[in-house]
Amino acid sequence: MPVDETLATYSDWLYRSALGVYLFAVLLYAVEQAFARAPRKAEVMAGAGGPDVLTDAPKSELTRSERIGRMGAAMTVLGAVLHLGSLVMRGLSTGRAPWGNMYEYMSLLCLAAVVTWIVLMAKFPIRRLGVFVLPPILTLLFLGGTVLYAEAAPVQPALRSYWLAIHVSVISISSGMLLIPGVTSILYLLKDTNSDRFPKLPSADVLDRMSYRTTVLAFPLFTAGIILGAIWAEAAWGRFWGWDPKETVAFVTWVVYAAYLHARATAGWRGRGAAWINIVGFAVNVFNLFFINLVASGLHSYAGL
Amino acid sequence: MIAFLRNTWRGLTSMRTALTLLFLLALAAMPGALLPQLSLNAAKVDEYVAQRGWWGQLLLKLGFFEVYATPWFAAIYLLLFTSLVGCLLPRTWEYFKQMRAKPVLTPRNLSRMPHHAQAELDVTPDEVVAKAQKAMRGWRMETGEGTVSAERGFLRETGNLVFHFALLGLLVSFALGKMFNYEGQVIVQADGGQFCNGGIFNYDQFRPGLQVDGTDLTPFCVEIGKFTADYLDNGQPVGYQADIRYQSGDDLASNTWKPYTLQVNHPLRTEGDRLYLLGHGYTPTFTVTFPNGEKRTQGIQWLPTDQLTLASEGATKFDPPGVTDSETRRKNQIAVTGLLAPTPLLHGSILNSKFPALNNPMVAVDVYRGDLGVDDGRGQSIFSIDQKMVEQGRLAKVARKNLALGEEIALDDGTKVRFDAVNDWVSLQVSHDPTQGYVLAFAILIILGLGVSLTVKRRRVWVRATRLEDGRTLVEVGGLARTDQAGYGEEFTRLARAVLNEEKS
Repeated sequence: MPVDETLATYSDWLYRSALGVYLFAVLLYAVEQAFARAPRKAEVMAGAGGPDVLTDAPKSELTRSERIGRMGAAMTVLGAVLHLGSLVMRGLSTGRAPWGNMYEYMSLLCLAAVVTWIVLMAKFPIRRLGVFVLPPILTLLFLGGTVLYAEAAPVQPALRSYWLAIHVSVISISSGMLLIPGVTSILYLLKDTNSDRFPKLPSADVLDRMSYRTTVLAFPLFTAGIILGAIWAEAAWGRFWGWDPKETVAFVTWVVYAAYLHARATAGWRGRGAAWINIVGFAVNVFNLFFINLVASGLHSYAGL
Repeated sequence: MIAFLRNTWRGLTSMRTALTLLFLLALAAMPGALLPQLSLNAAKVDEYVAQRGWWGQLLLKLGFFEVYATPWFAAIYLLLFTSLVGCLLPRTWEYFKQMRAKPVLTPRNLSRMPHHAQAELDVTPDEVVAKAQKAMRGWRMETGEGTVSAERGFLRETGNLVFHFALLGLLVSFALGKMFNYEGQVIVQADGGQFCNGGIFNYDQFRPGLQVDGTDLTPFCVEIGKFTADYLDNGQPVGYQADIRYQSGDDLASNTWKPYTLQVNHPLRTEGDRLYLLGHGYTPTFTVTFPNGEKRTQGIQWLPTDQLTLASEGATKFDPPGVTDSETRRKNQIAVTGLLAPTPLLHGSILNSKFPALNNPMVAVDVYRGDLGVDDGRGQSIFSIDQKMVEQGRLAKVARKNLALGEEIALDDGTKVRFDAVNDWVSLQVSHDPTQGYVLAFAILIILGLGVSLTVKRRRVWVRATRLEDGRTLVEVGGLARTDQAGYGEEFTRLARAVLNEEKS
């Protein structure tokens, strides 16, 4: 299957535009975060699991910083649309699932993270946190677009399988989703340690809930991704599980997030303990992304740089 | 004594211990990804150990190069699963008891609940109860005098138990698989080479499970026909395929062959065994004409040393014909070694390969004569000569030349070596794992159980309506999510809204 160079170029342009738009969004969030007032005590109480408020609070006028924050959110959505466009163009230009090498994999992973963030923004009053959440994703995207960049090209025989579309997408989307609770868990620890020093962060309870709900959604997906990978490995490599470095670290990641879920049901480990475990999970996840693909040599190493 | 055992058991099955064991498991699995492993690349382990000195030796002794076969790794997962069983048994008992239990009666003080709302309304308690019943359709409900207690999300525990039992099942099937599986690799020449799964000795490499002695392999035979590989212009492979014929089961008795196209990602599945196409390479054929005029032709696989260009190295070994005296024979053995370039690229006389497909292939050969050392009882690689023999002067390099197809090289004693042809070989793997179907079934249950247990929330709602002295009714709603509060707030708010209004239902 020949590569359509024009579409591949469009894809690259869209990728760069998405990066620029995300960067702009971060700046807008930063402005909002810098000029926003810390919430008054009453609002803090409401967020912290006080009595549920049944009547809607009267809609107040939007302040200037809030308007800027809304622009940031809009920019994030625009960035995600461009980002998606870049992936679609890659797919069309190569005639295969656009996650066949590390650059593409990273791109999909980051898109999943951004979309997760957009959904969370819609559900929780945490828009300003974009200033903390987007930069790690931007860093990954930047590294992906520079160091790890790979020309649009067909993949090698082992990857020519419909399992590429299934296994890699599920793993990459769930890994991307898991980046978000990592960041919110760090924020949770900050807020929980010293609430007064970080008055502009949302309540620890909100941060904890965000982390949990995202993890709980991503974890079964990640599990499914591993199992789908095992099914593919059985057809491609002759065994469904062989402790290949990538398999091993995926297993470790899985165990760490399983520990997170258990910690939330264990006295003395709720809250801070669980947050730390989630951060460990985040670290292992990123380690798996870079170290295993770039340094360790294993069956998954054909990601192609 | 009993107390000690009981306390140990309680300690082992506590959540805190399970958590610690999970951590240990993650930690213990990690070296397997960071250090080379014997099961994946034994040569790399040797190199690693040699480079690290005593530290490498220590790691080797402690089993760090075969993490998943060590007692300490086994100890962790066995403890973890014991802990899991200890946790699951009482929970299963509790589960069946709870299945028949009624929702808990409305507590006295609803304002203490994590979720609480109340209002004074102009309705009768009966109307409140009716409204609550309507709002909580589908819940398990218990109605009392002016109160309703309702519960929902029992499926959470079902999913959770399914998940954990499936995890146990998966481990057991996995372990059984390791007892009865086997995996063998073999190189077979294309264009007519045959392989039969008759015994261990037909394989180049064989890894049996603990209970496999190699006498009872699934009988089947394959014959490799044409092998084709497609490449992009830059040498990147696009696809490999081998046309094969095979016979298994009843076909063996009737000697019928069935055709199959073996490809990467498309193994042949027959009689519970799988046959995989792992890789391919080239077999150069050389003809040696000895001084007495006798000819010997041999083709044996050479090993690709560059995966991109398939430049291959190897050693094709010849015995002088008609020599009965072993002493004389051992002085006149011949080995043709060197580099095979499928598509040659010459820098002066230095040969290399620039493309993996065959385009006027060339070989750069070093011909050795003397004692190959193949008779001393030690095994030696088919891809190289024994360098010790060269060092001891018992094997000497007698000629060196680049040869195109059909060209030959003459040795000082009149022996001629001709480069005849190049053919393909394929490397195959046969895998046998009788329990992998069960592993898959349990894996699917794991996903289902996990999905249910993480999306369904076990939660309770209580409503109490109390007549006040002024004729109005105080309606209180309390809510409690049993396992995790996250996300319950919205639903509770919706339910409370449905109950706390003055509309007539």
